[in-house]
Amino acid sequence: MTDATAMPAETPKHRHASSLLEADARTKARNAAERRFQMYGIAAIAIGLVFLVILLGSIIRNGIPAFTQTYMTVQVELLADKLDKKGNRDPADLKKVSTFGYAPLIDNAIFAKVQSLGIETPFEKPKDMRALVSASAPAQLRDMVLANPDLIGTTIDFKVLNSSRVDGYMKGRVTRDSVARDKNIDAEHFDIVDAMVDQGSLARVFNLAFITGADASESRPEQAGIGVSMIGSFFMMLVVLGLSLPLGVAASIYLEEFAPKNRFTDLIEVNISNLAAVPSIVFGILGLAVFIQFMHLPQSAPLVGGLVLTLMTLPTIIISTRASLKAVPPSIRDAALGIGASKMQSVFHHVLPLAAPGILTGTIIGLAQALGETAPLLLIGMVGYIASNYPGGVAEGFLSPNSSMPAQIYEWSKRADPAYYERAWGGIVILLLFLMTMNIIAILLRRRFERRW
Amino acid sequence: MPLSWLVLFILAIGVVGFFLGRMRAFASAGGDSRNLHSLPIYYGSGVMFSAIIPALVFIAVVSIILPSYVGSRVSGMIPAEEIAEGSNINLVMAEVRRVAEGLENAVQGGFITDDMARNARADITDMTARLKEAGQIVTSTVTVNVLKAAQAYRAAAEAGNVFIWIGGIALALIGFGVSFLRTNKDFRARNFVERGILFLLIIAASVAILTTIGIVLSLIFNTVEFFRLYPFQDFFFGLTWSPSFSGRGQLSELGIIPLIWGTLYISLIALLVAVPIGLFAAIYLSEYASPRVRAIAKPALEVLAGIPTIVYGLFALLTIGPMLMQVFGQNGLGWMGGASSVMTAGLVMGIMLIPFVSSLSDDIINAVPQAMRDGSLGLGATRSETIKQVVLPAALPGIVGAIILAASRAIGETMIVVMGAGAAARLSLNPFEAMTTVTAKIVSQLTGDSDFASPEALVAFALGMTLFVITLGLNVLALHIVRKYREQYE
Repeated sequence: MTDATAMPAETPKHRHASSLLEADARTKARNAAERRFQMYGIAAIAIGLVFLVILLGSIIRNGIPAFTQTYMTVQVELLADKLDKKGNRDPADLKKVSTFGYAPLIDNAIFAKVQSLGIETPFEKPKDMRALVSASAPAQLRDMVLANPDLIGTTIDFKVLNSSRVDGYMKGRVTRDSVARDKNIDAEHFDIVDAMVDQGSLARVFNLAFITGADASESRPEQAGIGVSMIGSFFMMLVVLGLSLPLGVAASIYLEEFAPKNRFTDLIEVNISNLAAVPSIVFGILGLAVFIQFMHLPQSAPLVGGLVLTLMTLPTIIISTRASLKAVPPSIRDAALGIGASKMQSVFHHVLPLAAPGILTGTIIGLAQALGETAPLLLIGMVGYIASNYPGGVAEGFLSPNSSMPAQIYEWSKRADPAYYERAWGGIVILLLFLMTMNIIAILLRRRFERRW
Repeated sequence: MPLSWLVLFILAIGVVGFFLGRMRAFASAGGDSRNLHSLPIYYGSGVMFSAIIPALVFIAVVSIILPSYVGSRVSGMIPAEEIAEGSNINLVMAEVRRVAEGLENAVQGGFITDDMARNARADITDMTARLKEAGQIVTSTVTVNVLKAAQAYRAAAEAGNVFIWIGGIALALIGFGVSFLRTNKDFRARNFVERGILFLLIIAASVAILTTIGIVLSLIFNTVEFFRLYPFQDFFFGLTWSPSFSGRGQLSELGIIPLIWGTLYISLIALLVAVPIGLFAAIYLSEYASPRVRAIAKPALEVLAGIPTIVYGLFALLTIGPMLMQVFGQNGLGWMGGASSVMTAGLVMGIMLIPFVSSLSDDIINAVPQAMRDGSLGLGATRSETIKQVVLPAALPGIVGAIILAASRAIGETMIVVMGAGAAARLSLNPFEAMTTVTAKIVSQLTGDSDFASPEALVAFALGMTLFVITLGLNVLALHIVRKYREQYE
């Protein structure tokens, strides 16, 4: 009271200076700080989203070209005196003619086409046309003839796979200037390409071979495909699913429903939470030391990759399974126990089916994580291997060397020819499509079966 | 015969046991299931489990141990002088295994008889010629001793195989017999089966412990082996990293400090990108954003977390690297020599970590009780003042925990640095220079050559051990901080 009366004159003076309707400098500063702070937040989210857009944009922009490939159609004359000198169409004799026997036929066909179209070109020999053609085109022609020997002696319309330089020119990756010092092709070749595009016999078509095909050697990026490594990933995911789902579910059931509170249980809990944070490369070291060095399992085999990825995804699956077991209300268990079920029966007959959608969702997300993982696979020998053949059967699929999609992408990104970068981006588009599908399935499952108790 | 046949055979015994056990239980109850202690299915599965499970466990354990047991017995047969200069016992043993496999395939193909493959006095030139004829790859390094070791290896492997077969079938039959004889109407079959299932559940839960043990053992053994070949003080305090490819370790300098420096530098840049963006995004999403904005922005940011690291690696190598080159490269400011640099990798890794930081901090900020905000706002503080002076200090321990977890992620990240950071180990302050990290060197030392005995390869395990210890320490620290913080409000 005394304080209030002691200095009555000072405070009102100050108060009079400002009104509620008119903000004073300090309030303005505070409000400005408020707006600034909010802007920081918006900017942070915007930057994050911009990064996302740049990332997805560059994936799509760089990856889409991999899904088309340049082919040209020419009339190849399958000369009988070149391909079947004895004239008896004996398959054994036909096989003796190597791809070197077929290459000139394609060269001649292109040269004939160029002359018939009246394209002006400094090239005088059919052999000069070879720069336009992929090194694997003769092999494709040979396979076609061996499959159907009756073609010999006829003239067929053959879709010739173009070389990666021509493909790059069509896609704008290679320009006339950039090939000035390129031994493989000359700028004049592109005159032929332009003329053939105008005439309609050379075009970019959908590249099914990229999705289903096998990897090719360093010098033939136009032929490389991701199909075989897709199979490798598929077998790996089978191993991961077959091991991590039962193991993860069993471990979670034990920890959530049966485990007594003791040292051993604590040890398991600590281990699981630590394993979830161990860098994936360490799992690769584990796989190398235990599965390959100690157990002598075959290197580069999808089985080993699957085992390593199983150990890696197990914590993820255990954590999500435990969450969905926890979400089942205790009344369900009590009811089952009340009508005489054993503890085990109440869990397996009642709790587990109710938790199944959540477990499935967690498993799919764990699988998606495993599908995109690369680092541990590098250590167990899944790179540097050219996945050029489809596995012959199921056992071979698990045990014979193969690659996997992410390892294949990494392999392509290391190769010198920029044409392989396009393949790598294309591979990423496919990989992300798989991951997106898996995640969408998981979200749909959650929406469809999620139950609020 | 392959083991799959044995497994199938044992499973068949189990299935037969299921029906026989059920029948026996019924018979002892006079055909009336009400006289049984448990449901009939438990009697059947009791017999089935006791036939199958011990046998399968036996097969699994023995077939895991057998190859290294046989290997260690046979490796004693190789005299020390047999091991050529620049080679080691592991390489010779790999050769022995190949020859043994070749012998087996040659016998299978009918090129040589089983007696010839076993003949201890077999002529080496004759045998190699025959093996080559059989289409088996035999290198010129096959000597008499290797051949003899291969023969012994083959014999031991065969004996082991017979052991697995006999042991597996015997265990299956014993399990079948014992539990079949125990089956009668008073046998507490349900309790028996449930104990068995509980045992399996415990085994499954122990896989986590086994994995950790496996990681630790595989790191420790090889690390000790490495320090036997290479002095540990040079490893921990060496300032140069230059492994030689031809030498036997004498020429290599394997100092970890440049690698640790690269790792920390890249992680620092990643955190400088991720922490401000992630933290402010989390603050905005939890304190300001309307539910609709939150419903769109939060999942969109989390998409970044679901993208595999190989994608970020390629993004660093082919998009961010060249982009930085345009600005800082020779045509720009001239600070950058090549597309791969600390900056490239750090920036991309930062992008990867944004959702990690933001979703962890989001959870933590949301856990701060609303009453604290209300109190502050009621005193006239603006929202930003409330956040800065009340919410963030309350959430600070949790946020620090989240940042530590993000740092541990950054240190253990592999693909981005393998593809984006370069390969040269360097101690430099320039963030536009290429440097390399612990993880990138683990990859480069362990891919390609499979000679695990040289210090150049073994160093990867020592690097892995360092990495494991650092990340484990950071995780334990982070969990400790987060847990301590949680106790305050609960």
